Amino acid sequence: MVALQLDDLGAYYGKKLTVSGISTPPLQGGEIVAVIGPNAAGKSTLFKRIAGLLKGPGGIRLTETDKGKKAISYMPQDTSANAVLTVYESILLARKQGSAWSVDDADLRFIDHVMQALNITPIAFRDLGALSGGQRQLVSVAQTLVREPDVMLMDEPTSALDLHRQVEVLSFMHAQARQKGMIVLIAIHDLNQALRFADKVLLIADGRMRACGDPLDVVTPAMLRQVYGVDARIEKCSRQFDHVIVDGVAA
Amino acid sequence: MAAADITILTGAAVDGRGEYRARTRRKLLILAAMSVALCLSIAVDLAWGPARYGLDQVVLALFNPEAVSAQVRTVVWDIRMPVAVMAVVVGAALSVAGAQMQTILANPLASPFTLGISAAASFGAALGIVTTVPLLPVAAGLIVPVNAFIMALSATLFIHFVSQARGVTVQTVVLLGIALVFTFNALLAFVQYLASEQALSQVVFWTMGSLTKATWPKIWITLAVLLIALPLFARNAWALTAIRLGEDKAASFGVNVRYVRLETMLIVSLLASVPVSFVGTIGFVGLVGPHIARMILGEDQRFFLPGSVLAGALLLSVTSIVSKSIIPGVVFPIGIITALVGVPFFISLILANVRRSW
Repeated sequence: MVALQLDDLGAYYGKKLTVSGISTPPLQGGEIVAVIGPNAAGKSTLFKRIAGLLKGPGGIRLTETDKGKKAISYMPQDTSANAVLTVYESILLARKQGSAWSVDDADLRFIDHVMQALNITPIAFRDLGALSGGQRQLVSVAQTLVREPDVMLMDEPTSALDLHRQVEVLSFMHAQARQKGMIVLIAIHDLNQALRFADKVLLIADGRMRACGDPLDVVTPAMLRQVYGVDARIEKCSRQFDHVIVDGVAA
Repeated sequence: MAAADITILTGAAVDGRGEYRARTRRKLLILAAMSVALCLSIAVDLAWGPARYGLDQVVLALFNPEAVSAQVRTVVWDIRMPVAVMAVVVGAALSVAGAQMQTILANPLASPFTLGISAAASFGAALGIVTTVPLLPVAAGLIVPVNAFIMALSATLFIHFVSQARGVTVQTVVLLGIALVFTFNALLAFVQYLASEQALSQVVFWTMGSLTKATWPKIWITLAVLLIALPLFARNAWALTAIRLGEDKAASFGVNVRYVRLETMLIVSLLASVPVSFVGTIGFVGLVGPHIARMILGEDQRFFLPGSVLAGALLLSVTSIVSKSIIPGVVFPIGIITALVGVPFFISLILANVRRSW
């Protein structure tokens, strides 16, 4: 099964080292890792570095994969697009990169499957420019999924989705990770969703890693006070899910 | 973490595959129809002129030259054919150049004309006509096209390298192109002011753009550039389409955006500058050809690329017919007619299809 380990990883933005010292234990296929941290903490920069879009020190150890460059797929935060393409074409495009012009039935069947799973078949032949922010985000998730990577880096994939869709998408990603043995890293602001869906949580603040481990070991009242500046508790609801209850801004 | 009770979503089963195949067939039909229209337009272009022939005579002259009179043969093959073919080749080259400029700069206004490449070529040509100073050591007869080419190529490369600088947005590049237009127009005016009356009239005629300068060597050179460019663009079809989704998204698909941009811009610089150096300023095709293709075929480069070729070729071929139909016996410079023919058509397309225009 695929495994990913970050070893003292850093990233340059221009000439400045904006992210540094990111080390993780080996992340195993099937795991969901929530990457959390305040705004401008360096989550997107870290994802771009792992995806190979930025340079920097340190190492990315990816083992047990035979997909080469296609092993890692990155879903950027910005999903806006004004290209005159239908949703279907844009998803096909993601799958066919680096391939021949011809499109075989297996490609199309797989796209149909992913679109049905994300419940976006009704907008399959709508132009990208006519989509809402949430629909664009779902299309972007589909574009990342059809590349069938071993590691998915999803930068705030649910930020524009309503609550229903957030749960749908995160549960779908959870199932995909388990079924296909993928490692899914999700940058997310909603700590309750992180606690509910993630196997591990990686906390970044000011471009440095603060913690990486089991969700309840990372998301603690002390951390919430120190990093987010809020007084909060972690309590179980009646269905035994862990919840962050914010009492107010820390004094 | 407890996600066991969460259901996996299931959407309504829609035959996306069937619909996609049907849409693909429709696009291929549109391309076929455009090809037929282009053949028809070329035939009419060959038949039209001070001496008008029937299409049957043109077809005979093309496929069985011995069956028509020597006069018809000479008019069709030696006089009209170079102009008709040049219209097609130049229209295709400028349209593809505009299409790829719009793609990699993510700007609907990008074209050889709006980014100052045509203005640079005009200045180079004027410099050659007025001063007879070559920018490269070439034969006297080639000074004007070579000067035009050197200036056009320089302008394109200048735009490209500025666009590669960190922090430069695509909007900046377009503004820079507009600045180049004004600069080269001012320089052109300066050269015109210093020109003799005879040289001035030559410069003015050159800048109007005319297919009557067409010769077979010019056609072969332009065609060769086009035939080299098209397979290179075709090879990058998925990557170029992905770039229209944004730099980050394309990079996330594994596209080497910087490399594809550089390669595309270098090819575009040849595609834009060679025809302009031979036929002068023909402004509208490079802007509108790709927009027409985009509106009817979308931006999947597998269809957009041939669509741009055909739209540009058809637009200039039809314009070539119109340019000699307004006043019998007079052939107007095609640069003037292009916009007059294209604008109403373009506006009607935009208004009918606002959502798919960009």
